[in-house]
This record gives sequence, structure tokens and C-alpha cells, in this order.
Amino acid sequence: MSELLPVADVISSFGDAFDFIVSPQPSPFAAGGGEVGGPAEVLDKLVEHLKISGASFALAVVVALPVAVWLGHRGRGEGFAIAIGNAGRAIPELALIAFTVAFIGLGFANVVFALAVLGIPPILTNTFVGIRQVNRDAVEAARGMGMTGWEVVRRVELPLAVPTIFTGLRTAAINIIATATIATLAGQTTLGDFIINRNVFGDEGVLAGAMLVAALAIAVELTLAGIQRALTPRGLRLERATSAAA
Amino acid sequence: MTRSARLRALFALIAALVLAFTVAACGDDDDSTTSEETSGTAIESNPDNEGVELTIGSKNFDEQFILGEIYAQALEAAGYTVKTDLNLGSEQVALKALQEGEVSGYPEYTSTALTSFFGFAPEDVPGDAQQAYEDSADEFEKEGLVAFAPTPFSSANAVGLLTSTQEDLDVETISDLEGVSEDLTLAGSPECRERIDCLKGLEDNYGLSFAKFTPVDIELRYQVLDKGDADLSILFTTDGQLAESDDYTLLEDDQGLLPAGNVLFIASQDAVDEAGPDFQETIENVQASLTLEVMQELNARVSLDREKPEDVAADYLQEAGYVE
Repeated sequence: MSELLPVADVISSFGDAFDFIVSPQPSPFAAGGGEVGGPAEVLDKLVEHLKISGASFALAVVVALPVAVWLGHRGRGEGFAIAIGNAGRAIPELALIAFTVAFIGLGFANVVFALAVLGIPPILTNTFVGIRQVNRDAVEAARGMGMTGWEVVRRVELPLAVPTIFTGLRTAAINIIATATIATLAGQTTLGDFIINRNVFGDEGVLAGAMLVAALAIAVELTLAGIQRALTPRGLRLERATSAAA
Repeated sequence: MTRSARLRALFALIAALVLAFTVAACGDDDDSTTSEETSGTAIESNPDNEGVELTIGSKNFDEQFILGEIYAQALEAAGYTVKTDLNLGSEQVALKALQEGEVSGYPEYTSTALTSFFGFAPEDVPGDAQQAYEDSADEFEKEGLVAFAPTPFSSANAVGLLTSTQEDLDVETISDLEGVSEDLTLAGSPECRERIDCLKGLEDNYGLSFAKFTPVDIELRYQVLDKGDADLSILFTTDGQLAESDDYTLLEDDQGLLPAGNVLFIASQDAVDEAGPDFQETIENVQASLTLEVMQELNARVSLDREKPEDVAADYLQEAGYVE
């Protein structure tokens, strides 16, 4: 397609996609086929998408966070954490899902496993680096006050590392939500169904699916940003505000 | 070891490895099991066809790959310059590719064409192959497409399950699933949801509702049964797995809502005009030996023995006597 799309065409495509979301359309291809789209179907897939993303994210957090906090607190395993981070970024998700489908089969658990693998590296690396980079003076002072190791983690290191940790959490969440679109290949009908199966849902479906995934990702990002603000200790917030103003 | 001795040893090792690979690569799998009469008319290369470029497409499952390869290799033997663009996608995608000129033609089933393209209800699809061919050809002509004569074999969608599951559920026909299907998972291609000879028909015409429909790639239709990811799966009556194994059973289509279709090669009018009479003649000639048994066997070799479609197609053309 060598012609540039006229602007009006592009805008009307978005209009069609919006129509697809709000009301069921006759399937654009199959003669005598049924209707596609509409709020009920969209909601179904949205819920499925959230379930898979949520489960994968939770699994990634449960696996990566404690390990990274412990390693960061003890000051060990820096090479390991960085290596996981780099290697993890290189994993081709599509291949991973194809692999699990071929050897384990379809199913919710397989997709959750594959997506959790995607989410672990940013959480692991960022949490480790965040804990390591906490002001050593503050940690020393805490030890001097007689805090146990666990108390140092809970009351000093974790709170001060919140911004960096949350960067990792947000990256992982966005990656998982974006990649949960390909869960369709493993038989889980997420929003990716609209995008991948163009011959069922039409161009409007593809665009609608993409818009919904993007909107979902933004919504989650904003939510996590809000939680991050709530959890950031006031002193850190003030410090950042003053250094920003200076 | 001295340096030169080491280099010589290394060279010898590499040479040995290269030799081993060459022997392995040249080694021929000689499993020609198709044993029908070599009664086919040998294809003659026509110099008029040189310079005519044809692109042969196909849909996205093994039987289609084999058919595409058979046609492509036959046309090459007839002197055309042939490219293949197999695995285009589902029927809608393939039709679009043909209409936009990306391919010169591809094999389509009369039943699929009539129900999915032209809106026929399943009960209106003619049971007679010649009638179905004529109805399809008429409809395709309105789209500027030419339908060549049908293959001897026909294929239909079928609701299949593991024989063990069938015995547990004690069902023989699709109608027997009434009352039972609410607890069962059905697997099929993504477009199955919209096809009247697939999930849509099962829901609207048979009145069945399933606990879950899992859209999967057509290539996984047996794996989902084997792995237990689905209780029922949409299979094809020409599948090799059905001929070779007793593990799978098809439920009888007692209401006749999953019509069978012979394969018609559909080509664009432009391609037919440019290519001359040999295009149609070669295709209709070379498919004359494709009976149900032969097609099932070819399918089995690709789906089960994991042979390449182009090798299986080449063997078929040779053994049936179309090609040297």
C-alpha cells in the first residue's frame, strides 16, 4: 500500500472501532455469520485479560520481590540480578508461549507462567538496585539504633527504595498487559482475540482491540503511580520536591 | 603435537564432519507407500507457458499445503514459472488474497464457498458434487473468479472426540450431545464461531450450547483432545489421523448440517486468460487420482509422519504417473 491514507479515512477508522465497542456489528466477512463486538463481548474479553494479567503480575511479584529484597539487603548476587534483567528482556514471548503450548498444552496456567517469566526481570533488577542504592548512612544509623535486619528492611530500605521498586513494578505490569494479547494463541480469549483474528472481527475489531489494550495499560500505569505516591515516605517526597525546585 | 600436525588433524575432522552431513542430507527417505495404478497422463511441458508466472496459494492446514504443492509442481512440469504462497490463512483471508491479485488461485471446498462466501444455508448445499460445483461456479463467476472441475474426494467438518470420551458419554450423533454439551469444552478455529458449518451452526441449528469454546490454530485440533484441553474438537473427515488410528471418533451429523465439499481450484479470470488452456487442464488432470483414500494417506504422511508437503506432493505426482 503505497498511498498515504487520507486523514479523514484514519479518523473514520477510529469511529468504526468505537462503534465496534459500543454496539454489536454483523461480522464483516462471514455471509450469514453472527454478530461481533458490542459491550458484552468486549467486557468478557476485558475481564479475561485482567484475570490473566493480574495472575501473572502477582506470580511475578511473589517470585521476584522477596528474592531481590533479600539479595539487595545482603549485598550479594549483583551479577545474578543484572544478568536476569538483561536475559529476561531478550526472551521472545511468542516463542515462549508456542513452546509451552506445544509441550504442556493450552490453558490458563501456561499463559500465566509465560507472562510471569516476562514480568520477573524488571521487578527483580529494579528491586535489587533500589535496595542497594538506599543511602548507606541511613542504613548504618538504623543499625546503630538497634534495629534487627528485618526491621532495617521494613522500616528503612523498603520505604526509601519505593520509587525504584515501583518503576520495576510498573514496567512489568505494562509489559504483561501488552503481551497478554498473544494469550489468544494459547486458547485464552483476551482482548488479543480482536487483534489477532481479523478475519472474524474485521479491521474495526483490530483497532478496537488495540485501543482497549492501550487504555487498559494507561489505566493500570496511573493506578500504580497513585499507589507509589501513597507509599513514598513523606521525607523522600519532600526531598525530591526540593531538589526539583532547586 | 606440532602446529602443523594440529592443523592437519583439525582439517581432517572438519572434512569428516562435512562428509557426514552431506551423506545425511543426500540420504533419501524412500517410503513410497501409495500404491495406486500409474494411470495418470504424464504432463508435458509446453513452451508457450514459459514466461507466464503463477502464484499458487492455499489455506492454513496440512491438506491445503499438500494440494497447493501438488498443483504448483504440476504447473511447473507444464512449463509455467510457479511461486507458492501457501498458508495464507482462513477462507476469508485466502479469498481476499485472490481478489486482490496476490495469488493466481487456491483450492477451496464447495461447502465452504457456498456457506461462508455466498450465504447458503447448510441444508441448501447440494449433496451432489456436480450440482455443488455448478452452483459454486455460478456464484464465483459473479465475482470474476473461475472455478475448475472438482476433485474426486470431498471433505467435511466433523465434531470429533477421543474414543474413550465417546464411550464415557455414550453419544453417537451430534444431536445426542443435547443436555450433555453444557459441560463440555469445544475447540475449533477462530473463524469457527462465525461459520454456519461450525460453532454457529451447532448453536443455531442443532441448538447446542457449550461450556466453553476455545479458539485454537487448526493445526492443534488433535493435540487439544490428546492433552485434554478440550472434550470436543472440530476435525476434518479427510484427516490422516482418523484413518490411521482408533483413538478418535467422529459424531454422526444426523441433521445433515455439516455439508461435505469437493475441492475446486479457484482462479482469477486474469490468471486464466494469461495462462492459456494448460492452466485448467493441468490442474483438472493432476487431481483426478485424489480419491478419499489417497488424500487421507497423503494427509497422514504430513500430519503424523511429519513429512514435508512438497515431498509428499512430489511422490504423489510421480507414483500416479503425472511426472517422471
